[in-house]
Amino acid sequence: MFDIERWEEIFEAISKNKLRTFLTGLSVGSGIFILIILLAVADGMKNGTKKQFERDIATKISFWTASTSKEYKGFNINRWISFKNNDYNYVTDQYKDEIEYKTTDFRNWGARAIYKDKNGSYQFRGVMPDMLFVTNATLNAGRFISERDISNNAKVVAIGIRVAKDLFTDYTKAVGEDIKINNIKFKVIGVFTDAGGERANSMLYSPLPIVAQLYNRPRDVGSFDFTLQPEDDYNLALQKSEKFAEQVKTYLQKKHHVHPDDLKAIRFYNAVDGNKDLYMLNLGMKVFFWGIGILTLIAGIVGVSNIMLIIVKERTKEIGIRKALGAQPKSIVKMILHESIFVTSISGGIGLIFALALLALVGPKIETDFILNPNVEFGVAIITVLLLIIAGAVAGYIPARHASKIKPIIALRDE
Amino acid sequence: MIEIKDLHKSYQMGSNSLHVLKGIDFNVQKGELVSIMGSSGSGKSTLLNIIGILDEADQGTYTLDNTLIKNLNEKVAAEYRNKFLGFIFQSFNLINYKNAIDNVSLPLYYQGVARKERSEKALHYLEKVGLADWATHLPNELSGGQKQRVAIARALASDPKVLLADEPTGALDTKTSYEVMELIQNINDEGKTILIVTHEPDIAQMTKRIVDLKDGLIINDTYIEPVIANAHV
Repeated sequence: MFDIERWEEIFEAISKNKLRTFLTGLSVGSGIFILIILLAVADGMKNGTKKQFERDIATKISFWTASTSKEYKGFNINRWISFKNNDYNYVTDQYKDEIEYKTTDFRNWGARAIYKDKNGSYQFRGVMPDMLFVTNATLNAGRFISERDISNNAKVVAIGIRVAKDLFTDYTKAVGEDIKINNIKFKVIGVFTDAGGERANSMLYSPLPIVAQLYNRPRDVGSFDFTLQPEDDYNLALQKSEKFAEQVKTYLQKKHHVHPDDLKAIRFYNAVDGNKDLYMLNLGMKVFFWGIGILTLIAGIVGVSNIMLIIVKERTKEIGIRKALGAQPKSIVKMILHESIFVTSISGGIGLIFALALLALVGPKIETDFILNPNVEFGVAIITVLLLIIAGAVAGYIPARHASKIKPIIALRDE
Repeated sequence: MIEIKDLHKSYQMGSNSLHVLKGIDFNVQKGELVSIMGSSGSGKSTLLNIIGILDEADQGTYTLDNTLIKNLNEKVAAEYRNKFLGFIFQSFNLINYKNAIDNVSLPLYYQGVARKERSEKALHYLEKVGLADWATHLPNELSGGQKQRVAIARALASDPKVLLADEPTGALDTKTSYEVMELIQNINDEGKTILIVTHEPDIAQMTKRIVDLKDGLIINDTYIEPVIANAHV
C-alpha cells in the first residue's frame, strides 16, 4: 500500500500548509501531552495517598510465641516455645507467591552503643532487609540492610534517628562511621525514621545471622512479620490473610508439638481484619482515577475530532477543484485521512515523548506528601496515543466522506 | 461532440420548485467555439454544469462524444470529467499551495501519469500559454490574467474533448480579457471544442457561434464571423 505519489501529494500539502499543519500538530501533540501528564499525576496522587494511609502497614500479619498453656503428647505445660530459623525458611518458601514482604528478628534488649565519648542504651535487633517496609520506616541517610549483608554476615547497623542524634548530634555524619555495640565494632550504613514513635526510633538494626551468631544462638529467631500481596477487594484480602494465618499457625503448632487448642503458645495478629476502611479508600481512589483518565481521554478525542472537522471544512473548495479535475471520491477520502493520520501520529508521538521526558526529569523530584512518583505505564501511554489517532481518523473520515460526496459545483460556487 | 435533447432541470427552493431549464435542444460539433449568453437566472450556468457533468438533468438526454451521460455514479462521473472535459472558472480555482506546474499536472495525477511525465506535459502546456518562466510560482505571485492562463493550461493538460469556460474573463480587465480570448481562439484553431458562458457581448463576438438563453430556453442561435482578439490587444 505504499503509494509514493500519494505520499508526495501529502508531503506537499503538509509542507505548503505550514500553519495548518503546525496548529493541528500543536493541538494534537499538546492534547496528548496534557493527557499523559494528567494520567501520571493521577497515578502519583494514588501512590501518595496510598503511602499516607499505609504508615502503619495495615496489612501486617505477625506471629509470636509464649509458653504453652496445655499439655500435649507428653509435653509439660508452661514449656517455652521458640521459633527456629528453619520455621521461617519453610513458611517463606511455602508461601513465596502470596507473601509480599517478610522479616523475622533476633532481639537483644538493652545493648550499649558507644561512639567516641558518647553512648546510650538501645534495643539491638537482628532483622531481615524487608524490615524497613514492614515497620514502614523511611531512610534519612544511607541505606538499609541488604540481602548481601545477610549472606556476608556483615557487621553493619542501621540506626534510628533518635540514636543518630544521641551519638552523632548531626545525623548526616553517621553513615560510614564505626560504633561499638556491646563492645563489638559495627559500621553504620543508614539512618531511618519510623512513624512508630520514640521507641521505634531508638533501634539498632543489624543483619539477623550476625546478631544471632554473636549471642551464640544461631538457630533461634523471634517473631515473624509478613505482608501479603495486595488485593483490591477487601473481602478477598481478608479471606486470603485469614487462610494464610490459620495455615501457618497450624503448621507451627504441629512442628513445635503444641496442642491445637492452645491459644497462648503460638499467636498471631492479622491487621487486615478490621481495616476495611483502608481497602474501600483504595478501591474508591482507583475508580476515581480511572474516571478521570477516561474523561480526559474523551476530552482529547473531542478536541482531535473538532480539528479534523475544521480542516475538512477548510478544504471544501480544494476538494471541489480536485473533483472537477477528475478526482475519485475515494481518492479524496484517502488523501484527507492519510494526511490527518500522518500528522496526528507524528505530533502525537512528539507529545508523548515530551510528556514522558518531563515525567522522567521532574517526577522523582516532586516532594509533596500527596504526589509520589507520578508515572504512566508505557503500554497505557501508547494505547492512549493510538486511541486518539484512531479517533482522529474516524472523526476525519465522516466529514471527509461527506466532502467527497459534495457536488463540485456546490464546493466551487463563488460566494 | 455534444448532443442535447429536451433537457429539463428544476431546483427545489424550499417549498417552491424553480424550473431553470425548460427543454433545451442543442448540438455542438467538433472544433466549434460557442458562447452561451444570457442574463443571470437565464439558466446558462446550469446548462454548463450539466454539460460539465457537475450536475445532472431531470429529464432529457445528453450525449458527450457518443457516450450517454445519465445516472452516473460519482466514480464514473469523475472518470468522465477527467477524460472528456477541461474546466476554466471565473475565479480560476487554482490550488493556492501548489505552484503553477503542479496545478497544471493535477489532472494528470488523477489519470495516474507518473511524476516525470506529468511535469514534462505540464511544462509543455505552460509554454503554450506563455508561462513557462513562471512554472515554479505560486498562484498568489501571479496576476489575474496569468492565473487564468495557468487554469487554461490545466484544463488542457488532460487533453480533453471539450473545454468548458464559465465566465473566463469575468474577473479580468478588458485588455487581459482579450489576451485570454486570444489564447482561447488559438486553442480552438488547433481543433479543440470550446464552450464559453459569458454575459459580455464583446467576448461573445470573439466566438464563432452565439447561443442566447432566456428563462430556460434558447431564443437565438447564430453562427458569426468571430472578431479576432489579437487585433484588439
